[in-house]
Amino acid sequence: MISNVKTTNDLAFKIRDLNLHYGDFHALKDIDIDIPRHKVTALIGPSGCGKSTFLRTLDRMQDTVEGAKVEGEILFDGEDIYSKECDVTDLRKKVGMVFQRPNPFPKTIYENLVYGPKVHGITDKKRLDEIVERTLKEVALWDETKDRLHTSALGMSGGQQQRLCIARCLAVEPEVILMDEPTSALDPVATAKIEGLLHDLSGKYTVVIVTHNMQQAGRVSDQTAFFLLGELLEVNSTEKIFSAPDNKKTEEYISGRFG
Amino acid sequence: MYTREKVIEKLIFICAAVSVAAVALITIFIFAQGMPAIQRTGLLKFIFGTDWSPTNGSYGILPLIAGSMAVTIGALIIGIPTGLGCAVFLSEVLDKKQAGFFRSAIELLAGIPSVVYGFFGLAVIVPMIRAVANVFSPDAGATGLSVLAGAIILAIMILPTIVSISVNSIDAVPVTYREASYALGADRRETITKVVLPAARSGIFSSIVLGMGRAIGETMAVLLITGNVAVVPHGIFSPAATMTGTIAMEMSYATAEHQQALFAIGIVLFVIIVILNGAAQAVMKKFGGEAA
Amino acid sequence: MTESVKKRQSGIRPVTETSLKGRKAPRKEAHEKAFFGMIWAVAGLTLAVLFLILGFILVKGVPHITWTFLSKEPEALGAEGGIFSVIVGTLAVTVLAVLISTPIGVAGAVYFSEYSKGGRIIKIIRFFTEVLAGIPSIIFGLFGFAFFVVYMQMGWSVIAGALTLTLMILPTIVRTTEEALKTVPMSYREGSLSLGATKWYTIKKVVLPCCKGGILTGVILGVGRAIGETAALMLTIGGSLNIPTSLFSSTRTIALHLYMLASEGISDDKTYACAALLIMIVLLINTAANRIGRNISK
Repeated sequence: MISNVKTTNDLAFKIRDLNLHYGDFHALKDIDIDIPRHKVTALIGPSGCGKSTFLRTLDRMQDTVEGAKVEGEILFDGEDIYSKECDVTDLRKKVGMVFQRPNPFPKTIYENLVYGPKVHGITDKKRLDEIVERTLKEVALWDETKDRLHTSALGMSGGQQQRLCIARCLAVEPEVILMDEPTSALDPVATAKIEGLLHDLSGKYTVVIVTHNMQQAGRVSDQTAFFLLGELLEVNSTEKIFSAPDNKKTEEYISGRFG
Repeated sequence: MYTREKVIEKLIFICAAVSVAAVALITIFIFAQGMPAIQRTGLLKFIFGTDWSPTNGSYGILPLIAGSMAVTIGALIIGIPTGLGCAVFLSEVLDKKQAGFFRSAIELLAGIPSVVYGFFGLAVIVPMIRAVANVFSPDAGATGLSVLAGAIILAIMILPTIVSISVNSIDAVPVTYREASYALGADRRETITKVVLPAARSGIFSSIVLGMGRAIGETMAVLLITGNVAVVPHGIFSPAATMTGTIAMEMSYATAEHQQALFAIGIVLFVIIVILNGAAQAVMKKFGGEAA
Repeated sequence: MTESVKKRQSGIRPVTETSLKGRKAPRKEAHEKAFFGMIWAVAGLTLAVLFLILGFILVKGVPHITWTFLSKEPEALGAEGGIFSVIVGTLAVTVLAVLISTPIGVAGAVYFSEYSKGGRIIKIIRFFTEVLAGIPSIIFGLFGFAFFVVYMQMGWSVIAGALTLTLMILPTIVRTTEEALKTVPMSYREGSLSLGATKWYTIKKVVLPCCKGGILTGVILGVGRAIGETAALMLTIGGSLNIPTSLFSSTRTIALHLYMLASEGISDDKTYACAALLIMIVLLINTAANRIGRNISK
């Protein structure tokens, strides 16, 4: 089930025969998918179908789960991320993640943003200040926060916190941004702001976004993948999925017959 | 980068394992120092011998075991009803805010150092007992340094243990049991005594066992108020010597052989405590709930 | 739980009132009154004892806690002068014990919470930590003597006492730190890892800073235990009334000094003063620990 994309250079991720077990439970079954560079790929499907699980294999966050066993091949920039040579902290620098619930650290806005760069060795204050300003501007938070960079991040609204988390993610200059239902905990206004952000981001970054909200998938993505019970049933251009999907189950889900 | 992480993980593991190393070392050293004395005297003669006079080379610790048991049992006789009463008071009678205050008071009792308890016992309880004892048997020459003094002070000291663990157990009894009892027409007293307390009995039992462990292991208080006479006590006004007090007192002037005998007392004490604590933990784990 | 039951209880009319024409009711009521009367009596007695102990010692002791008492050195075995050297000894032993046990205890708790994968090894270590917490102080004293004083040839000294105390307060620090670690949300750790930080970096920079309050509470509780400890130190620090000049000097703590004064019957005044001082320190520590504990759960 490979979408019509060309050479490896255009692919951020190439996934083949991916299987994941939590103990005895077979959570992901024989997933094959390509994630094209600098495009937005949406992952949709009913609750518990494995889309978040799949997302978390891409930056090896599944490593943190007890008893999770991954088999198959996930190539990022042509290299297998589960091989022994792969440096997971370097992988996560290049592949960033934004979570469902905003999770800024209980530190100041400034400290949240410079945390990532510091981890990867940047200590020069001038550079750090530049990073803070650049990323806050990228997420349209600069004007709202420039006078209170050294106040606690927890004092911001939910929508602001999530944009801060995106900025924090951008601060390490990733190539890919993984988003796990980033707006499901936010109100419609904040959601709209973040969707607008996605448009701007997709030119520079590869985005993979899990979403429960089909209208959102239709609005923001170039390619959409439909998951059901741990299997990838269909992946195609968003236009095709939402107008004339190949798979019957895809059609049923999209038209709201289940899920 | 990864080796650094691995090294740190190993170091942290070593810190976690310190407690294992400590218990192992403690066991080894206590046994190593004490076994020669037990071997010299013979285990049965050591434990059941009634003559503790190190100056004569005689090392029978029955009087000490009897002394420890006497004050401990006395402490339990006083402490269990009092402790349970306070526990019931805390969970059934008081509302949340009042309970907070009473709890703080109990915690305060728990925080007073044992030597302060001993001093208080010496300054206040002992003279009182002397007065009472002289009323009953004026010729006995009682000093007030006695089993009774030890029992009273130890009871106060183990009260917080019994109260806090029992309260947890009582609180854990499901509301449904109480409701069923009330629905059948029982009043609060009957519900508490016939339904709640029996349901909480395993936690209460553990609290008693743990309190017993604390009483047997207590040193400074008994050292100051029981008289330290190594004879099996024959009444509550008699002086006595506990295992702990004897070790503490005689260690400073003991010769090599005597010292080993003191370590041997330590072995007996250690074994008793480990068994008691182990029993309490086992009962807790089997019936749920945590030790305070 | 109790409140809702009590509310309901007030609405229930005992069956006995109507059906048995009041025959059983008075007796039952008498029993109930007696029962709760006893409960109140017992609770009252307990409070009375608490106030008696505190009051008696504070009233008789505080007047003798003078500046001279605190700043002069003891003379005539403590019958005269003050307790300055004893205070120094107490600080030395306690501070040292805390300095050694805190990093070890925190690291141990970190292992339990962040690195271990459950399983047998952890269960064994936890079991031994519980055993350690239950060992009576005189046994620690015997061990401290046999191991630190004799085997390690430290002699009766500040360091021997401090190391013995370290083992005694270690379980407290491990326990409170673990409680604090549990309250840190997983999402903080995930956020940090997803940015490319290593596990240890995450613990150092994100998780532990959240636990400062909890760790502090544990340390304070440990200090409280250390200051009240006598039996273990009796066998390890020697009891000298001179100001300790090195780690290997013999010394005395306030609690030990109190024991010496009380058992030898030296100077009532000074003994009460010592006892009062100890109680005041303990009260202070209790309040501090509670304050901090409440601040964390805000």
